[in-house]
Amino acid sequence: METTTAEKKYTFKDFTSDQEVRWCPGCDDYVVLRSMQKALPEMGVKKEDVVFISGIGCSSRFPYYMSTYGMHTIHGRAPGIASGVKLANPNLSVWIMTGDGDSMAIGGNHFIHLLRRNIDLNMVMFNNEIYGLTKGQFSPTSLIGQKTKSSPYGNTQPPFSPGELALGANARFFARIGGNNPKDMTQIFIDAHKFKGTSLIEVLQNCVIFNDGCFDEVTDKEVKEDMQIFLEHGKPMIFGKNKDKGLVLNKLKLEVVTIGENGVTQEDILVHNAKEEDKTLHQMLVRLAYPLATGIIRSFTDFTLEEREDALTAQVKANSKFKKTDDLFFSGETYEVK
Amino acid sequence: MITTKTILQPEVLEAVVVRFVGDSGDGMQLTGTQFTDTSAMFGNDIATFPNYPSEIRAPQGSLYGVSGFQVHIGSVEISTPGDNVDLLVAMNPAALKTNLYAVKPGHTIIVDTDSFTKKNLDKAEYKTNPLEDGSLENYRVIQVDMTTMTKEALKDVEGLDNKSITRSKNMFSLGMVYWMYDRSLEHTFDFFNKKFKGKPHLVEANTKVLNAGYYFAETLELIPNAYTISPAKMVPGTYRIIGGNTATAWGLLAASEKSGLELFLGSYPITPATDILHELVKHKHFGVKAFQAEDEIAGVTSAIGAAFAGDLAITTTSGPGLALKGEAIGLAMMVELPLVIINVQRGGPSTGLPTKTEQSDLLQAMYGRNGESPVIVIAASTPANCFNFAYEAARLALEHMTPVILLTDGYIANGSAPWKIKSIADMPEIKNHKVTKITENWSPYDRDEKTLARNWPVPGTPGMEHRVGGLEKDRVTGNISYEPKNHEEMTHIRAEKVRLVANNIPELQTEFAESGDLLVIGWGGTYGSLHSAVKQISDEGYKKIGFAHFNYINPMPKNTEEILSKYKKIIVCELNAGQFVSILKTRFPKFEFSQHNKIQGLPFSNDELIQQFKLLV
Repeated sequence: METTTAEKKYTFKDFTSDQEVRWCPGCDDYVVLRSMQKALPEMGVKKEDVVFISGIGCSSRFPYYMSTYGMHTIHGRAPGIASGVKLANPNLSVWIMTGDGDSMAIGGNHFIHLLRRNIDLNMVMFNNEIYGLTKGQFSPTSLIGQKTKSSPYGNTQPPFSPGELALGANARFFARIGGNNPKDMTQIFIDAHKFKGTSLIEVLQNCVIFNDGCFDEVTDKEVKEDMQIFLEHGKPMIFGKNKDKGLVLNKLKLEVVTIGENGVTQEDILVHNAKEEDKTLHQMLVRLAYPLATGIIRSFTDFTLEEREDALTAQVKANSKFKKTDDLFFSGETYEVK
Repeated sequence: MITTKTILQPEVLEAVVVRFVGDSGDGMQLTGTQFTDTSAMFGNDIATFPNYPSEIRAPQGSLYGVSGFQVHIGSVEISTPGDNVDLLVAMNPAALKTNLYAVKPGHTIIVDTDSFTKKNLDKAEYKTNPLEDGSLENYRVIQVDMTTMTKEALKDVEGLDNKSITRSKNMFSLGMVYWMYDRSLEHTFDFFNKKFKGKPHLVEANTKVLNAGYYFAETLELIPNAYTISPAKMVPGTYRIIGGNTATAWGLLAASEKSGLELFLGSYPITPATDILHELVKHKHFGVKAFQAEDEIAGVTSAIGAAFAGDLAITTTSGPGLALKGEAIGLAMMVELPLVIINVQRGGPSTGLPTKTEQSDLLQAMYGRNGESPVIVIAASTPANCFNFAYEAARLALEHMTPVILLTDGYIANGSAPWKIKSIADMPEIKNHKVTKITENWSPYDRDEKTLARNWPVPGTPGMEHRVGGLEKDRVTGNISYEPKNHEEMTHIRAEKVRLVANNIPELQTEFAESGDLLVIGWGGTYGSLHSAVKQISDEGYKKIGFAHFNYINPMPKNTEEILSKYKKIIVCELNAGQFVSILKTRFPKFEFSQHNKIQGLPFSNDELIQQFKLLV
């Protein structure tokens, strides 16, 4: 994102507002907030050029806790508002803070079109597989059979996979990160800011009240190294506590192999290319259940909507005979009445 | 060949109504536009209205594929496209059948006899040929083998296919009508040269056919050149013919330039508002940012985002779209950002009558949001003054930091009329509330004492970082507040802010009698119909009838009550079931209001209004 560089060196305190944070104790939202406040000073962006736009839901309280510009809008509509902000002033660093219900249920249409257009802004999606603020109904990412207040006998609506939906909508940047991993989350926010185009970051966010432990199988500190593969561009797809597991392509599927077994060497392991245009492998990575892919899965640089618009505008301006509205109004078929 | 049946001598009129009708592919819109422009340059006052089929390419010759263009020209003031037709040009049987109702008995119909084939008569569901069965005896029918003569005129022009030849027959009819009304062909020749630049054979062909029609009419003394319409008395100046939607778009462009703010349009295609989007996307050279969104909601929300970031923000729509935008307009009202919402009304409810006109979104504009959510509501009343009211909507939004809903309708949006061109220098100043200087205890909800408009610090301004949102806020700090008294106070402040707009708008004007027996009240796009009817009654000698037309609905002009009190009776005329009258009854309970309502997707006719008013005077 090409915003004006800050001369002042900020700390996370510069991005903390005076509002009392009202999320439940133990909520991963605190981790996201702190990671963002730590990432912002590293981005080199001026504080007055940062805007947080949210919809409705627990995560959408986020802008109130930042000391930047912000708007807490209406349910599902943050992408529209953020698009307007960015198109009106391309110098701003614009962040959409949203949840799984906000972005994929009521705001589903805006979500896919935002990704399709590729405006240079960022979206952080707090996915907790539940509606929190309305106190515990199933969401578009809740699992089949999940018992919630609105599915007491178990959820019957199959879920979206946010990553698959995003890549299907031609997302150029997609990252996934555990809600208990502030270090990598901070870096991903910085990378998302630098990326020119729409960046989507899915945070696997634990809801301690209504869906506690929903990601424990993959995010718990004891298991995460074995259950997650943290992808980095240009590096081999290796994971596991002992760094001995890796991914290879077997026919049309990703397969987990152990380095040193069955003649498998490090050379055989796939190298992650987040920047390639072809998204076939990115889609396979997004779909993978074991290990769960985290980190920046896709980061393909394409023209942004602003770049396309600016190029057209420059062309139209250069060829236009209209500099002022008077030129237009008095042009063409006019006549005099005396 | 040609035959005519002369029933009555044609009248010499101060004004005539001509309607060109044909198949969607016959070029009737173009023919009508050329006749309009030529007559405008001759100095006539004018009003036009197109009538397209809703099907994009309806089957040729079918009843529902008929496309028409009506133009009313006069040496006197013209305020509507006219009800009944003096001259109908019908290019095929379907066009004749669907438009005959509008022709005044004894008046003229020109038909292309070549198109009255068995096949076309069947498609138009004629059992017998109306040109032969005597059913048109009450009209003066001019039968012309237009297709044959067009082909004959073009037999020596090289490089034309059959399609191009038959398609130029509309120019034959135009040539005839030019001769009948003593019009110059020069303007249309210029038009050919521009339109077919680099295609000399098409220039030649169209020129030949236009001339052929003109000379054909001249040669046959059977067509009397009876309608000599002198130039109208109009205010001197430079004019152009403008359609309502274009005027709306241009008013916004002017407001953008005058205010020094970039124009952002967030919009989604919907009939009959889409032409505003079409027009604004052309003007990237003025820095217009036109964003076609994925739906109506994204149209308005992107505009709200642009308003937050400091642009002059617009969204355009029609009735069903306004319903979808309701929640977001409530947000804009709550965060007190300037936003212009343009609703080109059409027949409702639901999908209703998309291509027809109605004034039935007034209460939706007033109240169609959750909670206590007042916004400014104004309405344009003619195609040309769509320019003024689009500009005014922008001015009021920026000066009062609130959403403004501008209501136009299909009738004035698609109609066109002469517009005395406004230079940007003649337009009123537009102030805004942007702030850059930080003062002690600064808050985004600091208000202007006179208007209660809050200030407008925009992202990018150092030191003014703040958060706004849809939650209720403390009246001083702008922070979230659920405090009961504060909510009540904020509700009153937001209402008062809109009420105070009355100090920044002109007073209500009356026309004709300043006091008397009957006051005719209208609002929005019915101005032309009501004005004509009241004028006619007044001209006939009833001097105690007055007319007051509202452009400002919320708030109303300050002198409204005073005006109402000057007449014995009041009648409120609307193209709905009585929406404005219900507001008037609530606001001014001491008056009695009669009402005249029409909900047919059509404008008022002159006759129905005169009949209604005469009952009351």
